[in-house]
Amino acid sequence: MQDFSAAFGEAFRLVASLDPDLVEIVGLSLRVSLSAVLAAALIGLPLGAALAVARFPGRGIALVAVNSLMGLPPVVVGLLIYLALSRAGPFGPLGLLYTPSAMIIAQMVLVIPIIAAVTRQTVEDMKDEYDEQLRVLGVGTAGMVATLLWDARFSLLTALLAGFGRAIAEVGAVIIVGGNIDHVTRVMTTAIALETSKGDLALALGLGLILLALAIGVNAAVMGLRRTAGHAAFG
Amino acid sequence: MRPSADPDSGAGSRSDRRVLPIRGAGLAIRRAGRVLLDNIDIEIVPGPLVVIMGPNGAGKSLLLRVLATLVPPDAGTVTWAGTPPGRERAPRLGFVFQKPVMLRRSVIDNVRYVLKVAGVPRAERNRRAEDALADGGLSRLAGSPARVLSGGEQQRLAIVRALATRPEVLLLDEPTANLDPSATLAIETQVRDAHRGGTSVVFVTHDLGQARRLADDVAFVHHGRIAERGPADRFFNAPSSEAARAFIEGRLLP
Repeated sequence: MQDFSAAFGEAFRLVASLDPDLVEIVGLSLRVSLSAVLAAALIGLPLGAALAVARFPGRGIALVAVNSLMGLPPVVVGLLIYLALSRAGPFGPLGLLYTPSAMIIAQMVLVIPIIAAVTRQTVEDMKDEYDEQLRVLGVGTAGMVATLLWDARFSLLTALLAGFGRAIAEVGAVIIVGGNIDHVTRVMTTAIALETSKGDLALALGLGLILLALAIGVNAAVMGLRRTAGHAAFG
Repeated sequence: MRPSADPDSGAGSRSDRRVLPIRGAGLAIRRAGRVLLDNIDIEIVPGPLVVIMGPNGAGKSLLLRVLATLVPPDAGTVTWAGTPPGRERAPRLGFVFQKPVMLRRSVIDNVRYVLKVAGVPRAERNRRAEDALADGGLSRLAGSPARVLSGGEQQRLAIVRALATRPEVLLLDEPTANLDPSATLAIETQVRDAHRGGTSVVFVTHDLGQARRLADDVAFVHHGRIAERGPADRFFNAPSSEAARAFIEGRLLP
């Protein structure tokens, strides 16, 4: 019990003193996960909106696939990305394995289906309302996708939030493709796993506290933005 | 059509092809064993304000949607100015729905949007949108989110938006069905002004009083058929069909 108290005390001290190692790890985590979510959004938002608007043979299968991929096991994604980026893999010459870029790619692959699936549902609900109005104006499929994405932009923050939650909390894929190399690819989740296995509970706890605070802070900020900006724009 | 760099609108500028006369020939729609439109022939020509009237479920709104190509008929053809409507953007036809569809934007941005889709140059859009709102008496609400407007204001905005692109014909599907008398009066005034300004109007309603106030020409729809079509005076004073006579006299129709 005394060990736990000491660990908590040390954890708070590390956070309060902005320990350089801790700051570095948090900074890299944010950089990797935010980049992954941004990249995933560039693909997932139009993909989800297109699935909501377009009607084509095999659409049902595509929807099942996107929904199923939301539950992709991170270690499997990590393994596949590892194989693709390893020296013998098709992207081996790029030399990305064990770099933050590899971690961004892995998280992006995990996040795309989440953003696409939530976007598809959100946009499809709005499309039911807008469909006839836009068709009578002669708006084509591409125009409809753009219009719906823009008008759903505040609701779609939820999709980005869900993606960020998945990315920042993920450990299985990034540890495989990043290698958890100190000062290079060590992020909060991999550091927590490592420090816990080494028995250094203080750093693990400190990172855990920050991870929790980040999750709550980002959620609160996005919800606040959604409410205020959304209300201003839509009423 | 010219391509547009505008991501919001898709591509192209508004079609210059004419819409009137709109002709429907042999239009038929059947759903779940029920005949909703039964071999309807109808023509909308420039000039008279046409009211499509009839009881609920008669097929009036469906007929309007078929004429606007929002719903394809199971049988029959629709032509605009003599040729089948294509998939051109921003046809010269405005449509106002019973429940107005307000984009999640400000009032003026709702108008700017349709101007953008119609290919109106950016430099002109703002002035045109402001003029349209002024004509509709909505200038003071220009910056408000469209979805917080009252039902009557939303419908007025829907009409302003439909007229902003200067359509050749305006189709309205029971636009006052959910509105109080004061809002209804405002809408009717707006429609009459548009008609006086040269826009052809087709107005669907089941409200006899409204039809009397607005119609130059009446098409009476009953059980998916046009039971009677003719000038409003003749229709109201000497209806030739039993269904129309019963409707005008307020008798219940089977």
